[in-house]
Amino acid sequence: MTGKVMTVEEVVGSLRSGMTVGIGGWGSRRKPMALVRAICRSPLDDLTIVSYGGADVGLLCAHGKVRRVIAPFVTLDSIPLEPHFRIARQSAAVDFTEYDEGMFMFGLLAAAHRLPFLPTRAGLGSDVTRVNPGLRTVRSPYPDGEELIAVPALTMDVALVHLNRADHRGNAQYLGPDPYFDDLYAKAAERCYVSCERLVDTADLLKEGPVQSLLISRSMVTGVVETPGGAHFSSCEPDYDRDETFQRAYVAAASDPEAWKAFRERYLSGDEAAYQEAVRLSRESA
Amino acid sequence: MTTITATRAEVCVVACAEAFRGDGEILAAGIGGAITVLAARLARLTFEPDLITHDGTCLLTGDVPPLGGTPEVVEGWLPFRDHLWLVLNGRRHVMLGASQIDRYGNSNISCIGDWARPRSQLLGVRGAPGNTVCDPTSYWIPRHSPRVFVPRVDMVSGVGHDRAAEAGPSAYRHHDLRRVVTDLAVLDFDSPDHSMRLASVHPGVTVAEVVDRTGFPLAVPDTVPQTRMPTAEELRILREVLDPGSLREREVPDPGPSTPGAPGPDAGRRSGRETPA
Repeated sequence: MTGKVMTVEEVVGSLRSGMTVGIGGWGSRRKPMALVRAICRSPLDDLTIVSYGGADVGLLCAHGKVRRVIAPFVTLDSIPLEPHFRIARQSAAVDFTEYDEGMFMFGLLAAAHRLPFLPTRAGLGSDVTRVNPGLRTVRSPYPDGEELIAVPALTMDVALVHLNRADHRGNAQYLGPDPYFDDLYAKAAERCYVSCERLVDTADLLKEGPVQSLLISRSMVTGVVETPGGAHFSSCEPDYDRDETFQRAYVAAASDPEAWKAFRERYLSGDEAAYQEAVRLSRESA
Repeated sequence: MTTITATRAEVCVVACAEAFRGDGEILAAGIGGAITVLAARLARLTFEPDLITHDGTCLLTGDVPPLGGTPEVVEGWLPFRDHLWLVLNGRRHVMLGASQIDRYGNSNISCIGDWARPRSQLLGVRGAPGNTVCDPTSYWIPRHSPRVFVPRVDMVSGVGHDRAAEAGPSAYRHHDLRRVVTDLAVLDFDSPDHSMRLASVHPGVTVAEVVDRTGFPLAVPDTVPQTRMPTAEELRILREVLDPGSLREREVPDPGPSTPGAPGPDAGRRSGRETPA
């Protein structure tokens, strides 16, 4: 049973243009950036990205990979606004399905439970209904008669998530304080690929965390990749914090096409190993 | 009686803390920055001891650490999924920010300009739609200006009184806008048509100044009280315990010497409803 261990190139090679891709994590936290960077290097395009968005969305927009973003926000947390997402929106380069955070969670839950929708109050009265004219309401069949927003299931072809540990079968473990919604992405997608900081033997999974930290079961996972530093520059607690210096450099480079070209040349022109090496060198020279 | 001297930032912290008065055992959620976080913690350490406060990520703190500090005691765990659940459940009073807000309390943090191709993309609506129809909600606006207080917001993220009423009972059942605190004043919606009303002006601020820096007609009572001054004990906690590094002063620079009048009678308690819905 070693068939699930893959490389980032193999994962991305199994994707197709036009797919709907869910990306785990939250903002600039535990994003599967090694897989995102590999998509940026690939010929894939026309993707629909489902994400509590951060630099995953920004980088993919900057590389012209995105047709539509489905998200309640795109942020870098310590830096509120994501520069490449802003550029993409302000030039109308991408379509946007803008949901409330709770609506988005219900969309994930609906998809994970194979339901067509889930009802919620969140979104009522706001312009989320104006900018999503396809959204429908549903009336409670019970005496309360409440009319609520029917959030459609956020079904997706593929989910990409990054966790701290996984075994070669795809059982995956988070060791930080927050699971985010990565298990829901895995359940909502046709296929889920897990990248992890370190592959460990199944027998060793409980050496670092309690049984409750085993977030994703192998039955939900198609492939698993070991990518140390694979969430960089987002955080991957407790293995590493967000690389604030790098994130600032990323944002600064986005403000000017020449600077962005140089940034891409320096960090994003090679494979993942080259990226990690360039990051290491930039730290040494700092 | 000794004269109390407080900076504008300190007056703002206390005005925000007052928003949580009467809330009891619910989560006081500040959206970040110094003022709202200090407000929740100050309220908990003084007049609202049952409040629940968090560390800015997912820990509910058993103690009340200083700004930027780590809690020594953890009493609970609130990862994002449970935070989003708590929003829907309603046992939470949130103090949101807004890039734009109108006279009925509709707010915008999503984008400026035409949504289809915005002049300036901001955060996205985040949790504002759900927050405002499910939880008691207040706002903290660090720069009171006509750019923020606008006749119409470009993208309704947080739901105001008029929009909640139009959307029907499911939208207004738990809708509960409490107060808007700015660097100049405290505003509420305690007017006949639930439009924004000037509840109090901070010491050193005139009613005319607030009206002038608000981009829509504001309901102004015949007499506008002054926002109450912090007590000596509140100032001690703020300065010595919660924010010895004075981060609050960076968020609201002090306008300089002014003559704070006597604290207005019950100024804080007059703005907004005080019990959870």
